[in-house]
Amino acid sequence: MTTSGLIVMLLSVGTVTVLFGWCIWKVLTTPQETDKVHGVEFHTPDMDKDS
Amino acid sequence: MAVAGSAVGLGNFLRFPGLAAQYGGGAFMLAYAISFLIIGLPIGWAEWAMGRYAGSRGYNSCPGAFAAILNKRWAKYIGIIGVIVPVVIYMYYVFIESWCLGYAVKFWTGGIHLTSTEETVAMFKVMSGQIADGSALTPSWNAALPWLMIVFVFNFWLIYRGLSGGIEKMCNYGMPLLIVLALVVLARVMTLGAPDPAKPHDNVVNGLGYMWNPSKVQIERTQPVAAGENKVVEELVGAAAIANAEQKVAASGGTLKLVTITPWQQLKNPLLWMAAAAQIFFSLSVGFGVIIVYASYLQKKDDVVLSGLTAGSANEFCEVALGGLITVPAAVAFLGLASVAGQGTFGLGFTVLPLVFAKMPFGAFFGGAFFFMLFLAAITSSISMLQPGIAFLEEAMNVGRKVSVTILSLLTTLGTGFVVYFTHELKALDTLDFWVGTFLIFILATIQIIVFGWHWGIERGLKEAHQGASIRIPAIFGFIMKWICPLFLLVIFGLTVLTSVFGFDLSTFTFGSASSYVVDLIGGTKDGKPVATNQAAQLSMVLVIIVALFFGLLSARSKAYQRAEQGLPKHDA
Repeated sequence: MTTSGLIVMLLSVGTVTVLFGWCIWKVLTTPQETDKVHGVEFHTPDMDKDS
Repeated sequence: MAVAGSAVGLGNFLRFPGLAAQYGGGAFMLAYAISFLIIGLPIGWAEWAMGRYAGSRGYNSCPGAFAAILNKRWAKYIGIIGVIVPVVIYMYYVFIESWCLGYAVKFWTGGIHLTSTEETVAMFKVMSGQIADGSALTPSWNAALPWLMIVFVFNFWLIYRGLSGGIEKMCNYGMPLLIVLALVVLARVMTLGAPDPAKPHDNVVNGLGYMWNPSKVQIERTQPVAAGENKVVEELVGAAAIANAEQKVAASGGTLKLVTITPWQQLKNPLLWMAAAAQIFFSLSVGFGVIIVYASYLQKKDDVVLSGLTAGSANEFCEVALGGLITVPAAVAFLGLASVAGQGTFGLGFTVLPLVFAKMPFGAFFGGAFFFMLFLAAITSSISMLQPGIAFLEEAMNVGRKVSVTILSLLTTLGTGFVVYFTHELKALDTLDFWVGTFLIFILATIQIIVFGWHWGIERGLKEAHQGASIRIPAIFGFIMKWICPLFLLVIFGLTVLTSVFGFDLSTFTFGSASSYVVDLIGGTKDGKPVATNQAAQLSMVLVIIVALFFGLLSARSKAYQRAEQGLPKHDA
């Protein structure tokens, strides 16, 4: 592994780790943010209409 | 936790390392990082904002969203790309999902005793059916068929009933556990050294070098190559390998030469850029038609900016810091540099990771747990791929969820059956993954960012995105979304068509052979010799066309979309 390869690796891994950590910190420290942040939800509203 | 969990899938641990290896590692990583910043994040935010807007008008499908935003008759036909992509990808994704389940159970029940690379390659070929078309359908626990049936029924049972509390919790807690397990595996990979003392060059440090070194060093032939020969004789990583190569070149009498390829030379390959961009889209689910559907269920108080950033960063962490550090270095250590790029996009993880577990204490337990967590990650992803199709059928046909799920299950059963039959060299899977999982995603993402930046305009677009958000999208992204992102995508797309379809060589400005994906469909030449078409690849494209026609016909008859075209909400207030 070359020095430039090591730098690229450390920069890439470091950047994504810090970004992910910051997002978790932001979600957990902002009031009511855990209720406002969403991903792929398992239960969608159309399930209730057709049951 | 749920957001992070939903972002993690097979793309992180299997597809990404395979592509990075295929395109030479370091330069691919540069293209990948740039793609994340200038297209992944911006298009993700655009999709979240457009989806939520469409939902506020009552439209939950991609064609509905496009019709509601553009108010044009043709808009719904563009939107069906956002249904074709997830539905067709589901058809092969669920096949890979079944391999994960099969590997997990086989590890736990003591069915895996691997001692060599040859054994793990053979095991994967039997499981995936690469030996011959139809061999994956053999009724044996060593083949994919029984696992596929379990996975397929499980997926539709979940999507039909909704995830019960227990399974939802299992998925939500399973993802952090997957990350912890991946860290354990990473620690083992980093301490592998050179597994075969007879091949000291095949070690983890060289694997990391292959993955991350921006420049590549290789031995090339100086004479014109004959048919069947490669110009590149050997790729090299590490000072010792390069020193040996110098001696080999000196002894060759001028027939060989040592060449260093700078990252800038590698980055001239538009296919590399397209693959990097498509991987960003694939793993972030951007340009998929998935985010736009799930965002349509959100309210104005919800934070789509932080949702997009959290999902994106969780995904990048798993992909770059875990997937990128585990699979390729382990592959180089076990298989050697020469074999790494030839394992197929999804195959690398299945041929390499079992060997890593075989060299770990409690390897059967950890191997089973890792593949099972991967299976759970894949379940959440595959369910998310079905929702765009379900929402579309509900809207276009004005039917309830049960009817919609039934129709979609029939369609995907046929499609998956096709993929699982044509498994020789995984031709159907690879063809669909390129033309749908790469090419069509690229087209949809380009259209989405043009609609956001030019039809809506940046001011309105960002205003929509910022509703309910606790953070603001940095102003520079306004410029990126308007200019850089669409221009970047259009240039890469144009160059890819030029080089892959017309065989244009950007370094010599001459026309040569088209890409193998094109040659498979229309025939062509390689090294001056004619190459025949591939029937499985051609039939794969027929499958995509049939699906597109079916969705197109449904869209044309939809009354809901007629209202959207007229700028009306789906239901009167």
